[in-house]
Amino acid sequence: MIKKVVLSFPVDATDRSLTYDLVKQYDIRINILKAEIQAGKSGNLLVELDAEPDKLDQGIAYLIENGVTVSPVSSKVSYDASLCIDCGNCVSACFAHALTIGEPDWKLHFNPDKCIACKLCLKSCPLKLFRIEFAEA
Amino acid sequence: MKTYAEINEKIKNGTAVVLTAEEVAELSKTLSPKEIVDKVDVVTTATFGAMCSSGAFLNFGHSNPPIRMEKIELNGVRVSGGLAAVDTYVGATDCNPSSPAYGGAHIIEDLVNGKDILLEAWGKGTDCYPRKHIKAVINKNSINEAILYNPRNCYQNYNVATNTTDQIKYTYMGTLLPKMRNASYSSAGELSPLLNDPECRTIGLGTHIFLCGTEGYVTWNGTQFNTTKPVNEFGVPIGNARTIAVVGDLKNMSSQYLRGAYIEKYGITLYVGIGIPIPVLDEDLARRVSIRNEQIETAIVDYGQGGQVLGKTNYAALHSGFIHINGHKVRTAPLSSLAKAREIAQVLKQWIQKGDFLLTEPVRPMPVQSSLKGLQACDE
Repeated sequence: MIKKVVLSFPVDATDRSLTYDLVKQYDIRINILKAEIQAGKSGNLLVELDAEPDKLDQGIAYLIENGVTVSPVSSKVSYDASLCIDCGNCVSACFAHALTIGEPDWKLHFNPDKCIACKLCLKSCPLKLFRIEFAEA
Repeated sequence: MKTYAEINEKIKNGTAVVLTAEEVAELSKTLSPKEIVDKVDVVTTATFGAMCSSGAFLNFGHSNPPIRMEKIELNGVRVSGGLAAVDTYVGATDCNPSSPAYGGAHIIEDLVNGKDILLEAWGKGTDCYPRKHIKAVINKNSINEAILYNPRNCYQNYNVATNTTDQIKYTYMGTLLPKMRNASYSSAGELSPLLNDPECRTIGLGTHIFLCGTEGYVTWNGTQFNTTKPVNEFGVPIGNARTIAVVGDLKNMSSQYLRGAYIEKYGITLYVGIGIPIPVLDEDLARRVSIRNEQIETAIVDYGQGGQVLGKTNYAALHSGFIHINGHKVRTAPLSSLAKAREIAQVLKQWIQKGDFLLTEPVRPMPVQSSLKGLQACDE
């Protein structure tokens, strides 16, 4: 089972090897898609966690016990669909294929599961309709 | 042969048969051009895309004492001061370099939406216009005229853009990923107005059109009007060719069909919605409006370096989501909204069916022969 989540580390957790424990103790394969961590400060990791469902749940519980906030990525990237003109500029930039457009309706469709939070849609949308909470510098 | 008068008579009686360009393209798979002339009176075409060469004339009205405005700002954006005394032209791409993401196109959209805009203007002061400075809040109801006038819209066909370099490029053709990871295109294909009447037999000065939610007119050939592009076996120019200039009352427009936009690291542009009705006068026009995406070809151009032509493709391939360039499978995406273009074609169709919208015969045709000149810099 694969889950894509943003891990937000508090200041006092960034000096501990919590991700190592996820591998060692819970047998979770971690694919880090994006990392913004500075020693002594809070940090964010965008990760894919791949493991048996029960191990995955235990691992996530372990992170939460240690003060890490775990949020599904789907809640992180969004756009204002009511203002969207379905032009396709964001689709062109989205190499992860999370944003698509085409037959039959040629309306913009967003599949959050495929989003890797690369932020190219934020730049490429000519109406600046995209928002991302994760990794806003 | 049908005449404009006959078709308009049918429109007034509510008996005109009106189809969108997509509908007639589908019909042409089973009907001959002759049968289409007999069956169909008007075909509606449309596009909704970024058209930088757009803008609006405004007249603010005179203050007391009056001012001859020589330097003018709207919401901090410098606009033309060269149309004395209280007129301006807001160019879609006008902007203040210190905040480049808001500019002329956004001011135009704000006006359409009835928003207040801060006007600040300066003049040297004359005997007849003694005031030297003014600050005022304006909106579309407070000013005299607000006229959208776009000198170059509605390009007949357009290049496909890709990027062969190993760096991401931010262009007016969108975000182009390195090593041909994507390709972008901007025409509405078989729905696009000037592709359904490629030699402009029915589109000329005075043609009655849909412009940003209200009625408008074609006023002239657009700038950079080019009749010299190679034409394929279906009569379609390959690459950017003809254009039109259009005019309409900004006060009656809707931001559903007119939007200010900012293209990353390029600048501001205006999304303009245009619909053009084409009368099916004879078999030649029936053949023209029956054009299908697979018959409309365009050039693939490397926007990463030098503008080199990499090949040719068609809109059926572009719409499929992938094209092949030199053996590579490249993902495609549009830059103009086909969903909106379809909506405009339907709205215009309804206007005509209701008898509200009549067709006009051009009073001046488009140029038959027109090519592009370049510009030589002094130090070359």
